[in-house]
Amino acid sequence: MKVLGDLVYTKTHEWVKFEDETTALVGLTDHAQQSLGELVFVNLPEEGDDTTAGEVFADVESVKAVSDVYCPVTGVVSEINEELLDSPEKINEAPYEAWFVKITDITDKEEFLSPEEYEELVKKEME
Amino acid sequence: MELKTPLYEIHLKYHGKMVPFAGYLLPIQYEEGIIKEHMAVRTRAGLFDVSHMGEIICKGKDALENLNRLLTNDFTDMEIGQARYSPMCNEHGGTVDDLIVYKKKEEEYFIVVNASNKEKDYQWMLEHKLGEAEFEDISDKIAQIALQGPKSQEILMKLTSDIPEKYYHAVFDGKVAGIPCMVSRTGYTGEDGFELYLDNQYAETMWETLMEAGSEYGLIPCGLGARDTLRLEAGMPLYGHEMNDEINPVEIGLGFAVKMQKDDFIGKSHLPNKDSLTRKRVGLRVTGRGIIREQEEVLVDGNKAGFTTSGTHCPFLGYPAAMAILDKEYTAVGTKVTVIVRGREVEAEVVTLPFYRKSK
Repeated sequence: MKVLGDLVYTKTHEWVKFEDETTALVGLTDHAQQSLGELVFVNLPEEGDDTTAGEVFADVESVKAVSDVYCPVTGVVSEINEELLDSPEKINEAPYEAWFVKITDITDKEEFLSPEEYEELVKKEME
Repeated sequence: MELKTPLYEIHLKYHGKMVPFAGYLLPIQYEEGIIKEHMAVRTRAGLFDVSHMGEIICKGKDALENLNRLLTNDFTDMEIGQARYSPMCNEHGGTVDDLIVYKKKEEEYFIVVNASNKEKDYQWMLEHKLGEAEFEDISDKIAQIALQGPKSQEILMKLTSDIPEKYYHAVFDGKVAGIPCMVSRTGYTGEDGFELYLDNQYAETMWETLMEAGSEYGLIPCGLGARDTLRLEAGMPLYGHEMNDEINPVEIGLGFAVKMQKDDFIGKSHLPNKDSLTRKRVGLRVTGRGIIREQEEVLVDGNKAGFTTSGTHCPFLGYPAAMAILDKEYTAVGTKVTVIVRGREVEAEVVTLPFYRKSK
């Protein structure tokens, strides 16, 4: 299970990469994609949509189930990763490259976990 | 507290992802995942543990009469070893279960029922028993392994010559790799394949023997997830989805297994004939963006048309598909529908069933 050192994480298994104070990319962690299995569909918000920290902003589907994805920050969707719409399997193949959205105008954030704290969380969940 | 099938340890060995199903712990998938498992069955072969299913013996002088009264199909004129599919209806024509009846010998039949309905079916049969006949629930003694896919026969031929030639036939007292076993040419995938019924004590050995024999053909273990996507592509109904005690078999297209010319049987007086149906089962192919699943509302031109009964992403077809029960006026092939999926509208159209048919 991969955890990258230059990202921060949420309890709901999203990763966040801050480009600056008010801009970030969001995706799903390696642990998340492993648990979800092969993803066959992604529902993304639209550019211009508002997001709220802690609320569902997207979902991903495997053959058997739909899983909600939570936005770690409050802001505005400035870009969506259209590649994921056609190739959701990229989330499984390279979770830390498969960013879902770029959020700008960030005014609020969830409490993040450091890479070490996230690793701990996953270890506990796997027990 | 879930039960374990005789293959539980095997599932752990093969890294099955175990989930509760019909009171048992079974693998939803193994390491390869649902899509690869599904494709293996369509192109090579897959192996399934289906030991959770129920088996009931019906025997006696009046066995045939009991079956003809309990079930909608007609069981007269069956050869030894032949199998027949049938719904079992309640007094209102709704469905209690769908099952398969084999003629084992004169006055003895072997009935295979859905795992989720085992106890219900057995009680129902006992309650409605007539004359000189006995029902015996032998489910707990029997393991069942399904070998499905175009390579199934080649794999099985390495281990036995007790192979039924015709679909929906079985060899009752066969031996596969020396293990006593019933070999049935049936399945729930839309491919050629076999269902093996054997004593629990031989289940692990049989599984490993089949895995070995199938290894050169690329045989892999397959779980419940692939079992569902395969049967849906093949347009096969699943009790609890396409039928239940409020849905009758005729409206979902199982009229071929309902023999109205028989003497009275349970539910007969309430079953519609084909021409007086008010609603029908259809296939839906998604044309918009989204995966349609079960119990979603279907609209046509803003009008409520019905509901979906099953749906998923279909690995072999490459598109999401669903089955639905729609009011008759909306069931023509080509009808454009809208399905409400978690608050969003997803466009689909009515297509013929099945979605997939194996090549000859």
